[in-house]
Amino acid sequence: MNAPVTDTMPIQSSDDIVRVRQEVRRRAAAAGLGIVDQTKFVTAASEIARNTLDYGGGGIVRLEAVQDGARKGLRLIFEDHGPGIASIDLALTDGYTTGGGLGLGLSGSRRLCNEFAIESKPGEGTRVTIARWK
Amino acid sequence: MERIPILKMGRALLITIQVDMHDQMAIALEEDLTTRIAQTGAKGVLIDISSLEIVDSFIGRMLDNIAAVSRVLDAETVVVGMRPAVAITLVELGLTLQGVKTALNVERGFELISRRLAEIETVVVEIGAEDERSGD
Amino acid sequence: MAQADIGQTIAKRRAEILKDWGHQLRDGGALSSGRLKEAELDTQVREFLDLFVQAVSTNEADTARKALRQNVAEVSRARAIQGFTPTETATFIFSLKQPLFDALTQEFGKDSAALIQGLLAVTEILDGLGLHSMETFQKSREEVIIRQQKEIAELSTPVVKLWDGILALPLIGTLDSERTQVVMENLLQSIVEHGADYAIIDITGVPTVDTLVAQHLLKTVAAARLMGADCIISGIRPQIAQTMVHLGVELNVVSKANLADALGAALRATGRTVATIKSASGGSALSKA
Repeated sequence: MNAPVTDTMPIQSSDDIVRVRQEVRRRAAAAGLGIVDQTKFVTAASEIARNTLDYGGGGIVRLEAVQDGARKGLRLIFEDHGPGIASIDLALTDGYTTGGGLGLGLSGSRRLCNEFAIESKPGEGTRVTIARWK
Repeated sequence: MERIPILKMGRALLITIQVDMHDQMAIALEEDLTTRIAQTGAKGVLIDISSLEIVDSFIGRMLDNIAAVSRVLDAETVVVGMRPAVAITLVELGLTLQGVKTALNVERGFELISRRLAEIETVVVEIGAEDERSGD
Repeated sequence: MAQADIGQTIAKRRAEILKDWGHQLRDGGALSSGRLKEAELDTQVREFLDLFVQAVSTNEADTARKALRQNVAEVSRARAIQGFTPTETATFIFSLKQPLFDALTQEFGKDSAALIQGLLAVTEILDGLGLHSMETFQKSREEVIIRQQKEIAELSTPVVKLWDGILALPLIGTLDSERTQVVMENLLQSIVEHGADYAIIDITGVPTVDTLVAQHLLKTVAAARLMGADCIISGIRPQIAQTMVHLGVELNVVSKANLADALGAALRATGRTVATIKSASGGSALSKA
């Protein structure tokens, strides 16, 4: 596996979410993802970025172009220093919400990615890693 | 703040979303639209999303909300022009927008709304006919 | 012995080596399948040997070796596409060993140290080229397979227009999850292109449907609805219907027994109907009523 190219973008406002979406779209296309896969991944990025902003009080996203043999892909790592998630299992349940949303953000985005991982410590913050491969 | 224009076409309102909306813009649209429906007595709302490259759960919820509020104000919402990739993604995300009517394009959307208007007008004529008879 | 000496030896005995190599190749059946013409083989053999001589004798060995590898790649690619086996392809290079060994033996027979050196050098180069040949062969075959997969995928997803605004997707063969996805994306795209109100997914030709495929079908129906089109599924076989019920997949969509019924339903839903024309007594069925 080649050394990943990493860039960081801030997530501090809903304008930032729009910028993250556009950047993810551009990079997903560059990685050779088809239009449906691009759309799925951008949507997942939008969901997680909004969680980072709304529940984590803002944070950053790291974007990595990844390559494994002939397979190219894109990995995103969202980090915040918010209150963290008390129960990840519960957070991943369809329809569960603490913020008055539809409760589909996390559980739904998991279905839109090839890789999905959450690490969270209550009081310290949350890191969500998602990836989509060609 | 940038706002999405709402056009009045007959007894329907047409909203064409052409930009990648940030969340405040979506919230503003929801409010503006509610006000306009009440002001104009519109019976139909067409939301053209054919330019949108993604619809996430936030925008999805906005569409659901608009449809629900419109219904209370006696207007029917039709979402038109959703792209295939967006539709596949929304289904995967678990959002099926059950309360929202859909059409392939603005033209078909107008047909749906016109049909509804025709029904409403028929009712008006019948009531008028009854009034005449009672007046005799 | 310097490599240049090998080059000189080969150049000197070129005609003889070419003849021997030609024999080796023919004996090995290079022409027996009829995929390669004699003249073609002769050209390939001559080109290769000349490049080989340059690669071992010139000052600009790097450039010459690149050209040689390029030549090997071209020959191997052509053979992969023509349907040669890996052995047949590799034989092109390896069958040169014997003629070269013979030539070197005759030239340096008495100087055994130089001979061994020469044989080792030739073996090393030819083995390297042989591996390169195999690699190119393999890559070319993979390209062929990928192209064919694409062609099959395209062939197997014909979206047909049955009427204005009514599309049909007749599915044939086993549906795996990946193919279903491609088929479904195609269908949704066609709905946009044709401005279709109805899409009929006919699965008469599908022998089995597993949970995953059933879910894909349902997702497609849901996605089509979001776009403003309705789907009808037709031709669900009794076994599939049973499987789906057992799997707990509720097909919460409009389904019809066959494609004809589905078309009828779509026509009615779009305000049309199919009627039998009652021809006047003796009148031709083709004349207008």
